[in-house]
Amino acid sequence: MNRIFSSGRAKFIVGGLLILAAVIYLIVSSTQASAQYFMTVDELNAKGKSAVGVNMRVSGAVIGSTIQYDPKTLNLTFDVANVPGDNKVIEAQGGLAAVLHQAVIDPNRTHMKVLYNGPKPDLLRDEAQAIMTGHLGEDGVFYVDELLLKCPTKYQEAVPSQAAAGG
Amino acid sequence: MIADFGYGVIVATFLLALFCVGAGVYGAQTKSYRWADSARRAMLLTFPMVTIASLALIYLLTTGQYEYQYVYTVTSNSMPLYLKITAWWGGQAGSLLFWSWLMSAFASAVALRKWDRDREFLPWVIVVSAVTLAFFLSLNIFFENPFARWWQTASGEMAAMFRPSGAIPLNPSDGQGLNPLLRHPGMIIHPPMLYLGFVSFVIPFAFAIAALITGRTDDRWIRITRRWTLVAWLFLSLGLVLGARWAYDVLGWGGYWGWDPVEISAFMPWLTGTAFLHSVMSQEKRGMLKQWNMLLIILTYDLVIFGTFLTRSGVLSSVHAFAQSAIGPMFFAFIGATLIISVSLLIYRWSDLRAEVEMKSMLSREALSLLNNLLFMGVLVVCFWGVIFPLISELATNQKVTVGPPFYERATSPLFGALMLLMGIAPLSAWGHSSIKTLGRALWKPAIAAVVVMIAIFVAGIHNAVALLGFGLVALVIFVTLYEFWRGAQARHRTTGEGFFTALGRLAARNRRRYGGYIIHISMVLMAIGILGIEVFQTETQGTISEGQALSLAGYTIKFDSVAQFDVPGGHNVTRAVLSIYRGDQYLGALHPRRDYFYESGQPMTIPGVRSTLADDLYVILADWQPISAIGATFKVYHNPLVNWLWIGSIIFILGMLVAVWPDKVTSDG
Repeated sequence: MNRIFSSGRAKFIVGGLLILAAVIYLIVSSTQASAQYFMTVDELNAKGKSAVGVNMRVSGAVIGSTIQYDPKTLNLTFDVANVPGDNKVIEAQGGLAAVLHQAVIDPNRTHMKVLYNGPKPDLLRDEAQAIMTGHLGEDGVFYVDELLLKCPTKYQEAVPSQAAAGG
Repeated sequence: MIADFGYGVIVATFLLALFCVGAGVYGAQTKSYRWADSARRAMLLTFPMVTIASLALIYLLTTGQYEYQYVYTVTSNSMPLYLKITAWWGGQAGSLLFWSWLMSAFASAVALRKWDRDREFLPWVIVVSAVTLAFFLSLNIFFENPFARWWQTASGEMAAMFRPSGAIPLNPSDGQGLNPLLRHPGMIIHPPMLYLGFVSFVIPFAFAIAALITGRTDDRWIRITRRWTLVAWLFLSLGLVLGARWAYDVLGWGGYWGWDPVEISAFMPWLTGTAFLHSVMSQEKRGMLKQWNMLLIILTYDLVIFGTFLTRSGVLSSVHAFAQSAIGPMFFAFIGATLIISVSLLIYRWSDLRAEVEMKSMLSREALSLLNNLLFMGVLVVCFWGVIFPLISELATNQKVTVGPPFYERATSPLFGALMLLMGIAPLSAWGHSSIKTLGRALWKPAIAAVVVMIAIFVAGIHNAVALLGFGLVALVIFVTLYEFWRGAQARHRTTGEGFFTALGRLAARNRRRYGGYIIHISMVLMAIGILGIEVFQTETQGTISEGQALSLAGYTIKFDSVAQFDVPGGHNVTRAVLSIYRGDQYLGALHPRRDYFYESGQPMTIPGVRSTLADDLYVILADWQPISAIGATFKVYHNPLVNWLWIGSIIFILGMLVAVWPDKVTSDG
């Protein structure tokens, strides 16, 4: 056991611990500086004024009829409807595509107005899932810095609804 | 008929792989050469069998048999033949079959080598490869069957291999087709490159496990798999670079890397693989870090499996892309099991793997190599933390909290900076022992040259601290590496009397891995130039202008000449703008940003117009809003300084890799 505490080893152990400490410091400080709460529209609504100005991520279903775009200013506005945040709940309700569809046609869902400035994304359409990074303004509009869109029907879950029966 | 046959072949191959496992274990336990050889032969048979199953799938894909779910989701009538073939790996089920195909090919290649000197490894290498192969085949058989067909049942449509009771077969006349965003040369070869890299890493892992089980824990397993490891690393790196290039060319956000969980999952095995490449040298030269190397290759293997799962979970661009697919729990069970077994074996052999000599000097090559490894592990931990943080925070506080690109950039950039500094110092240190004095004597000339470069950049008007430090480190690495080439060639030139360049060539030829590695170091810092350029100096502007009007950015004038809209074969509509680019009064050329609209899928696609030079890229996007016309079109313009060096670095990287893996004239290892 003496060898472990010899000076030759000690300096390596100290060096290793310093690197470990540096990595932990980088992770902790960067997490604190850039962590974003991930919320549903309902959760954000429940927070009310206390959520104003806080950087966060919100997920919602895009309501196609509300999409407005001003190409002069590149201001893009649309409404999103609340969708559950929990994957298990989404699966239980028939998958993401079905959940998004339900959210858009259900008039009783909580809606939220969204503003984004930039080119209109290719995937923005009715019943897309919008994952928005930004903050809630005093006016109740969610100001988006980064807009991610998912159209689940484009991927695996799709079934051929117009497929001809036969064979 | 073909589909039933294909499915049957997959099932038969799965059983054959299980036989390999059984025969291999039995052969090793009883030291029966016959059983071990039987396992080897069975392994050789898996390759033609998976090939036949794949050909069956490709036949269905190319002949438009949309009654099969996989064919329906990834191909359509309007797709050209080559895209129908590459749809083999375009979706989840097919790409898992592709994985199995590569696995069987590589395992067969290994089975064909001369085993005389390493007979005790053979059965275990076969067993590990066969377990991996069987796992991937089982996913095809039980969860993601590429041969399942559509049925109409009372409750709706479903996909199944065998007819559910009361179901009528469905025969769609056309499929959905591949997402147009993925119809790009970079995206077509990007997945196979990544997979080549992923699967090649299984081979060194198999040998590592064989070494642990047999107790032959010298560096033999590393020497045998040295080339496999390099090739795996080459393909993985290429896969990452191609993915970045695709993002830059197609996604139209002026960037190349978004720290998405999917990207990170491919990056993590690259980190451990890179650490492994460096630390095996300490084992070969000094008999050190043996336990560490084992741990690295085990981690790389399981990160490869994890990466395959994440890139194939079907939920792209999700912030919490976990376990949404039926195969999620299977993957986690397999990763858990292989990790526990491997680490248990490692602990069992722990004392056999003790270093032959003690590490003494903090500045010795092996100590710096260990430091390099710790830094790579640091980046890995940052990445892993970022990916699992949402899950942890949800468990701990019942509140989902995510971290985005700023987290990764902030946490990794000091570590990448330290790695670059190390790249500048470590090549000059000696194995065994180096002191500040000896290192300083080698380092002072390149260091002064690097400082001169930093001063020149400062005087030229760049005062950003990150950029100054970054470019200084780039210069240091380039000078140190060139200095190493010069020193070696000069010494050889003096002793042998050969001409300087002959000496340089022969020197590199005699020491391929070392000098190939140096070329790769240079390629890495060239890529760093591109990354610094776009990260620190990117500027952008946007505006809606009519024909004849212009935008300006970074000294360029971008004049809107005309716009045209037309249909092209292949079922899409193109809106294409013509822009003239000027610097001052000088005309530089035209750019054609466009938007393609795919009728079939209703999917638009943005293709930027890019003017690329060594100094900068001008990157113009035609923003979407109907109608785009002569009176008004919206453009977003990015100025990306130096980004071209990212791609130039990638090409030099391949050259360095070729130098490193080129077969030697006389080779003792297989």
